Parts: sequence; C-alpha cells; structure tokens
Amino acid sequence: MIMTTGPEKTRAAAPAVTPPKTAPRESAPSVASDAPVPAVSVRNLSIFFGTNQVLKRVSLDVPARSVTAIIGPSGCGKSTFLRALNRMHELVPTARMEGEIRLFGKDIYGTGVEPVIVRRRVGMVFQKSNPFPTMSIADNVTVGLRLNGVRSRAVLAERMERSLVMAALWDEVKDRLHAPAVSLSGGQQQRLCIARAMAVQPEVLLMDEPASALDPLATSKIEDLILDLKKEYTIIIVTHNMQQAARISEHTAFFYLGELVEFGSTSKIFTNPSKKQTEDYVTGRFG
Amino acid sequence: MQALTCFCALLVVVPLGLIFYHVLKSGIGSVNWAFFTNLPKPVGEAGGGMANAIAGTFELLGLAAMIGVPIGVLGGVFLSEYGSLKLNWWIRFGADVLNGVPSIIWGMVVYALIVVPMKRFSALAGGVVLGMIMVPLIMRTTEEVLRLVPNGYREASLALGIAQWRTVVQVVIRTALKGIVTGILLALARVSGETAPLLFTALGNPFWNHSLSDPISALPLQIFSYAISPYDDWHRQAWAAALVLLFLVAIVNVGVRILTRDRFNQRS
Repeated sequence: MIMTTGPEKTRAAAPAVTPPKTAPRESAPSVASDAPVPAVSVRNLSIFFGTNQVLKRVSLDVPARSVTAIIGPSGCGKSTFLRALNRMHELVPTARMEGEIRLFGKDIYGTGVEPVIVRRRVGMVFQKSNPFPTMSIADNVTVGLRLNGVRSRAVLAERMERSLVMAALWDEVKDRLHAPAVSLSGGQQQRLCIARAMAVQPEVLLMDEPASALDPLATSKIEDLILDLKKEYTIIIVTHNMQQAARISEHTAFFYLGELVEFGSTSKIFTNPSKKQTEDYVTGRFG
Repeated sequence: MQALTCFCALLVVVPLGLIFYHVLKSGIGSVNWAFFTNLPKPVGEAGGGMANAIAGTFELLGLAAMIGVPIGVLGGVFLSEYGSLKLNWWIRFGADVLNGVPSIIWGMVVYALIVVPMKRFSALAGGVVLGMIMVPLIMRTTEEVLRLVPNGYREASLALGIAQWRTVVQVVIRTALKGIVTGILLALARVSGETAPLLFTALGNPFWNHSLSDPISALPLQIFSYAISPYDDWHRQAWAAALVLLFLVAIVNVGVRILTRDRFNQRS
C-alpha cells in the first residue's frame, strides 16, 4: 500500500536491461510493522573523494510523498548527499562510499544493481537548467524514454503531455512543442527540466537548488510545482534559501561539515531546534 | 596598440587575397569544359584536361576519410569521454607529435608498409597515407570540441538513466556535431593539397584509374609534375589545376557548413 502509484505507472525501461532485482516495487519486502517503508533510507553513509571525507556516517529516513529539504552552509556535503542517492557521485573517479542506501527497501548499491536503473527510479533536477540545446521542447521531455527504448509514438506523446502538464508548462508551450528548448525563458527551461525528469516516471525526485538561479516569480512557480508534485513523488531538495525550505518542506535535514546535525519536521527545525548549531544557522547567525 | 594589432590581424588575410588573386588571374584562362572532361594530352599536343586528376583527388579523399574519420572521431571521443588522465596524456602527446610529422615522412612510412610489399604504387597506398595524416588531426579537434560541451548536459542525460554510450552519442556528440564536422573538413582540406606523400604512394597516372592497386592521379600531383615541366601549356594547366583545387576546398567548406548549420542556430 505504501508505494503503489497506480497501474498506469508501468516502468518505461526496456525490460531487457532491467535486472529482476530492481523491477516492480510490489516485490519489495513487506514490513513487519504497519509503519510505512521510507522512500529513501540512509544508514551510516560516508562518502570520500580520494582521501577527503565529505560525508560522515549520515543516517536518515525520507518518508514517501513528502518534501524533504536539505540545508546547510556551502561545502557541508548537501549536494554530495543528494548525488549519492542516485549514484551520480560515482561520476567522480575517486569517489568511494560506505554505508547503505535503500530505496523503498531495496539496496541501490547492492551487487548487480546498475546505476542506470537506479537513476531511472531516482530522477534529478540541477541548479543550472540544462535542456539539451540540439533538441526541441518535445524531444527534451521524451529523451529519457526514447533513449531507453520506448518507440511508441502514442506513449511518447501521452507521456510528454502529462509531464508538461505536471510541470505546469503545458499551457505555455503547447503551441510550440517543436521550437528549440533553449528559446524558453530561464524559469520555463527549469520547469522543462523537471518535466524531462518526470517523464521517465521516477519514484523519487532530487532537486539541487532548482530555483537558485531564477527570479522570484519563476521561483514561486517552481515552489508551487513542488507542492503539487509531492502528491505523487518523494522530493528531496537542497536549498540555500531558509524561507523556501520552510515554505515547501515537511522535513528538514541540517548538514554541517559533512555531518547530519539535525533531522526532523521542518516546523521543529525552524522554531525549536534541539541543537545549538541548527539554531544558529536557521536564524542566520552563521553560514 | 589597437592599430598595431589590427594591422597584424589584417596582415594574416593579405596572403589569402594575394593567392586568390594570382591563382585566379593565371588559372582562369585555362579552365574550360575540356579541362574537367578530358584526359591529359601527350607532350606536344595542345589542350587536354585533368578529369582523371580531379576524380583521383576525390577518390583519394574518400579513401582517406574512410580511414581517418572513424578512427579520428572515435579516438577523440575516447580522449574526451573515457580513459584515464595518464593514458590520455600519452595519447594526446603522441597525436600532437604525429601532427608535427612532415608529410613526406608519412609518405615514406606508407611506401615501406604498403608500396614495397605490394611491389607497386597504388591508389590504396595514397588513400592510406592521407587517412593516416588525418587521424591525429581529427582526433585532436574532435576532443577539443567535445570538451567544450558543458558537463551539465552529460549529467542531465546520465541522471535520466540513459546509458553512458547513448549519452555520448545522442547528447555529447550531437551537441558538438558542428565542431566535429568542421574538424573533419579542415583535415580533408589540409590533406587534399598534400603532394609529397602522394609522390611515394599514389605516384600519379596520366590515364583513368581502374583499380585500387593501380597508381592514381591527383590534382596536387598533376600540379607538381606540370609545374616543373618545361612547357608553357602545361604551366597554364597547372595554374588552372591550382585554381580548381582551391575552389574545391572552398566549396566543400562552405557547402558543408551550410548543411550542418545548427538546426536551431543558437550555438556556434
């Protein structure tokens, strides 16, 4: 019951490349208690780049269908933490991790689990919007499907429209779907990137300061969108903006110098934090 | 200061103008229909053309591209997208050294590798030597333009669960395609004028070439042999050939640039 998303959410990936371990969520181990399985469960996560340890034994559970904000000063390991959740940090050749990350109960670093499969289940939106410049708006949205083997035009068209509607961009672009993606404004480009990430139907969406390069109006659109998306998706967002974290998230994690200082409900973190460091940071005394 | 730099910059263009002017002036008189359709006439007979040399140049460039483009482009992709720092440093160093090797040395290498074992000069050897000259050129330019592709595109693609090779082909190469094509064209333009290596390999041929294992003519070869001849008529034809060669290079460059003009015209 915890992770059903409806029968229409059949996986888009070509079955040939999907190892059975990661396929349908129905096969996730059932939990003994009636506590919901966390969408993402991190245990003792340490990340090293070469000899430099950037994350130190971080443990936290991210509940499904909610927004979790990651805050902390620059260089505290927020982005690295986020990237470890879909194995993007492995793009750095010297990266090494210890600990365990489970996605709906499944170890995403288990033997035989391909990073490619993990990344289809855990989407990502970056700080700098990066629609592919060689592709149209429509092609940008469907690229994740097309390059993973989806051929059916009907499926692609349906998925494209749904993703653009979800990203609150459909009305603005429906008359020029074949225009270049880079002809859109900055805020529209970022929403296009969100639509692109959602078209492959991930279960978790990671956002690395998605609005930090946008003006206030575009930022508020992205925030509305996030609030809308959490009905279906689990969202983890890194932000430098305290107000943003307070506005959109249910849970907040405060990182400092690679350690998870405090994790709890957003209202508690912002009004009654249990650690002095957290209080100093959220009140703007440092960071 | 600005005036001085401007002067120097303009100075770069002056030789181009001079070359065009002089080649045009000396060659245009002998460029006619027969020049493109006839075979060279024997010594003493007036007229004749360079149809075989023109076709030969295209044939040699085609052969060279078949060797140089795939190896060069894929090698450049490896340098930019894969490999380790140390290995790539050595490969890059090797390619740079090769780019500095005088073309006549290439000719000698292929002479030893192909001409001597086959016991004959051949179009194949000519194509191979031009292809070998192209490889390091294309490899380095491909690598350079691929490295200009912002990392954000690679990350965006990988984060969608797109496999790395597909990311490389569909996102990275596609984004840099114009630059890669430009690099290939520049390499083709460069080798289309090579003469020295062809003297050792393709040799030249006053008739049509019918087989890869026979000698073949090419415009630079024909220019060379006509220019050092004592006959005024051949000198005029050499000028005409130089003009045609110049225009071929220019047309290929301009034409493919138009063809590969970015669909959306937003990045240079």
